Amino acid sequence: MGWIDVCSTDELQPDSGVGVAVAGQQVALFYMLKDERIYATSNFDPFGNANVLSRGLIGDIGGQPMVASPLYKQHFNLETGVCLEEDAVQIPVYPVRIAEGRVQINIGETA
Amino acid sequence: MKQTIVVIGNGMVGQNFLAGLVLSPAKAGYEVITFCEEPRAAYDRVHLSEFFSGKTAEDLSLVEDGFFADNGITIHLGDKAVAIDRELKTVTSAKGLTVQYDKLVLATGSYPFVPPVPGHDRPQCLVYRTIEDLEAMSAAAKTGKIGTVVGGGLLGLEAAKALKDLGLQTHIVEFAPRLMAVQIDEAGGAMLRRKIEALGVTVHTSKNTSLITDGEQCVNKMCFADGEELETDVVLFSAGIRPRDDIARACGLDVGQRGGIVIDNQCKTSDPAIYAIGECALWNGMIYGLVAPGYAMARTVVADLAGETASFTGADMSTKLKLMGVDVASIGDAHAKTQGAMVYTYQNGEQEIYKRLVVSADKKQLLGAVLVGEASGYGTLLQYCLNGIELPENPDALILPHRSDESVGLGPDALPASAQICSCYDVSKGAICCAVEAGALSVNALKAETKAGTGCGGCVPLLKAVLNAELAKQGYEVNTDLCEHFPYTRQDLYHLIRVEGIKTFAELLEKHGKGKGCEICKPTVGSILASYWNEYILKTEHLGLQDTNDAFLANIQKDGTYSVVPRITGGEISPDRLIALGQIAKKYQLYTKITGGQRVDLFGARVDQLPHIWKELIAAGFESGHAYGKSLRTVKSCVGSTWCRYGVDDSVSLAIELENRYKGLRSPHKIKFGVSGCTRECAEAQGKDVGIIATENGWNLYVCGNGGMKPRHADLFATGLDKATLIKTIDRFLSFYVRTADRLQRTSVWMENMEGGLDTLKAVVIDDKLGLCGQLEQQMQHVIDTYQCEWKTTIEDEDKLKRFRHFINSDLPDDNLAFIEERGQRRPADAEERKHFKMVEVA
Repeated sequence: MGWIDVCSTDELQPDSGVGVAVAGQQVALFYMLKDERIYATSNFDPFGNANVLSRGLIGDIGGQPMVASPLYKQHFNLETGVCLEEDAVQIPVYPVRIAEGRVQINIGETA
Repeated sequence: MKQTIVVIGNGMVGQNFLAGLVLSPAKAGYEVITFCEEPRAAYDRVHLSEFFSGKTAEDLSLVEDGFFADNGITIHLGDKAVAIDRELKTVTSAKGLTVQYDKLVLATGSYPFVPPVPGHDRPQCLVYRTIEDLEAMSAAAKTGKIGTVVGGGLLGLEAAKALKDLGLQTHIVEFAPRLMAVQIDEAGGAMLRRKIEALGVTVHTSKNTSLITDGEQCVNKMCFADGEELETDVVLFSAGIRPRDDIARACGLDVGQRGGIVIDNQCKTSDPAIYAIGECALWNGMIYGLVAPGYAMARTVVADLAGETASFTGADMSTKLKLMGVDVASIGDAHAKTQGAMVYTYQNGEQEIYKRLVVSADKKQLLGAVLVGEASGYGTLLQYCLNGIELPENPDALILPHRSDESVGLGPDALPASAQICSCYDVSKGAICCAVEAGALSVNALKAETKAGTGCGGCVPLLKAVLNAELAKQGYEVNTDLCEHFPYTRQDLYHLIRVEGIKTFAELLEKHGKGKGCEICKPTVGSILASYWNEYILKTEHLGLQDTNDAFLANIQKDGTYSVVPRITGGEISPDRLIALGQIAKKYQLYTKITGGQRVDLFGARVDQLPHIWKELIAAGFESGHAYGKSLRTVKSCVGSTWCRYGVDDSVSLAIELENRYKGLRSPHKIKFGVSGCTRECAEAQGKDVGIIATENGWNLYVCGNGGMKPRHADLFATGLDKATLIKTIDRFLSFYVRTADRLQRTSVWMENMEGGLDTLKAVVIDDKLGLCGQLEQQMQHVIDTYQCEWKTTIEDEDKLKRFRHFINSDLPDDNLAFIEERGQRRPADAEERKHFKMVEVA
């Protein structure tokens, strides 16, 4: 499907997450202030079976950027989607880019 | 065929004997039968006064569940052994049971000595020995106001504490010219008296009671030989103990002139088939009224039965006690009776500390010591004394205050492996080191493994020192870091934020941490910043630190919806507000449930509905209940004197005032209060972090209780308080908790892990030993002055409201939500129901 425009960079929350709807899918966007990076993952928490990951706390564990589920606190690597507690579990992650102050993501392919 | 051992008496020593026996190879050869006169098996008499500060009979029990059954021991509870026939080798009980013995162990203990004063058997003249005695004291205290202890020794002071805990005006009457005449010298006794009197207990020394008769204002009146009189409701005799040797006397065993069953070094009586141990036994002309020598006798008998050579050759009578919050210790020859002994004394009038060392003529050996007011050196001094360790060149350095970094303490490394660390359970340093090597890496693990520190508890600091030295030797590093981003504890971080005036997580991470943070350190620091500065928690720089509950000011549920809890202070709510709450819940189809904290929880709110719900709640006069925060939750109350026939004071008004005072306070974990209007305790205040109970004499304050996963009965902290003092004390207590607790540590665990526990807490919060109270009160005042309803601030800020949407680029709600109706309300559908049932529309 290629790059899809989702929101303005102003709508992101520094060091926090927001949910966006992209072509019928729920995506979580995270803005890591310290290294000026935006990450996109599925919003669905496969352990809690709920669309809540955008409301998780972000940071790093052992140098890996991560989001912690707000329900049962599993960590997911923001770059690979792999769960740090159970590496057989992986959530979808998507490429993100910024164009003229707008956030675009590509859900056609996974990173 | 097995032989039979009969044990008469299941007190502390009798039980200690049984516990030792079941671990010994000797057990295999014997059937064991024991008689216990009391209705319950052995309990901890040393800590009896804790019955009044909240411990139950079960807490005090010394018998593990199933102990008798598991070990095949027959116990006859509530059946006193009354006669021994040494010819037939039988014991007969009060209920008429006769059993045969091959070996007999007498552990009959002692009884309280009641002076034969006329009137000693009047109503409310009691003794202090059993749980039944305590229950009689409780009953007497309900109607009385004044209580008097006869006897100013160790037990008398313990008994005085019990009377004080019961809320009575307390007096101590002592025959000798000073308190604790057996253990401490005159100057130490004088210091102790000043300290006890400062606690509000009146001490009368050199008083000989000649008569107890009808009182005018009180139930009883005590008349003294010097013509003075004292009106009192309760008279509690605690004037020493006498060995219970009647059963031995009756069967012709040798007893001492002044009582006590004569035993030899193997604890055998004049009949070699009969042993006697504990306070009923007379060894070398001595009755030992402490538990440790009794345990030593029990060990001797177990060893003798196992065919090992063992002897009881006397015991050290050193003691360290906290009597009514005052440290008192006595070691060895405290009165300097040894030939040529020399004495060093240190006295500090301002801090009321008295210390005395007794050393040998050559100044090489410590013979004895007395410590009053400050006894932290007890462990070190005792080791010098017991192990004959050579004293430093200037022995007085051991009792002089440390004015520099130099340490004169005897480090654990200086102790020989044979040094006894725990005298109650006879645990040596060597045994502790072995346990550490075998994997017991904490004080609690060591207690479980070796029993050290589980008797009187006096050796715990030394136990900890030995543990730490061992851990260091074995290369363990005790990691107390909060997480990989901060090499600090929560308490350290609080300190850094306070001292350096740090206001954001970014600044703290820059100065003292590394990486980007995580779900451990971010909320912890967010909470500390909120406790200290009390800024709006959704400010841009704080938002990313908040857990989802704090970030959306509501409690997340399993399906990602939230629950909403408006504050209902003290559980009091008008019909109009209740209707408003119902109407709002109905409009948003919220599942409604009453909480344990006397509020209403509204479940199933989508994130986009939260601001709408709160606009309506605020319009109806509600404010945030902070159910989402690690903060003050509720102050539960009973209806109190306003309506209740039994109410002593207005618990509802106090609860509302306290809830309004502390609402919004961010803390290491949630905090719950309870206020009861009388001792019937309908608000369950003793299961709360802070519990308050109205009494005729004012408010009684309990702290560090807990319900939930690990229930803990709260400890009585202060009694008879007026409201201003109560509030000041709670201010200090909460501030100190916020300042020093670990992350997610409730007050109960915080206090239990504190060195010195409740006593330390009292010293800091009530006596201001650290000089912190001014700061603590100021800190609380800052939080109170800067309170805001976070929901009110949020709905007034259009920018903040933008976050309360499931998608920032769409108004659609989460399409994964599914509800089902049950008992007239909506609830989330489970996985099965999602497949089989038609869903209620998500509106």
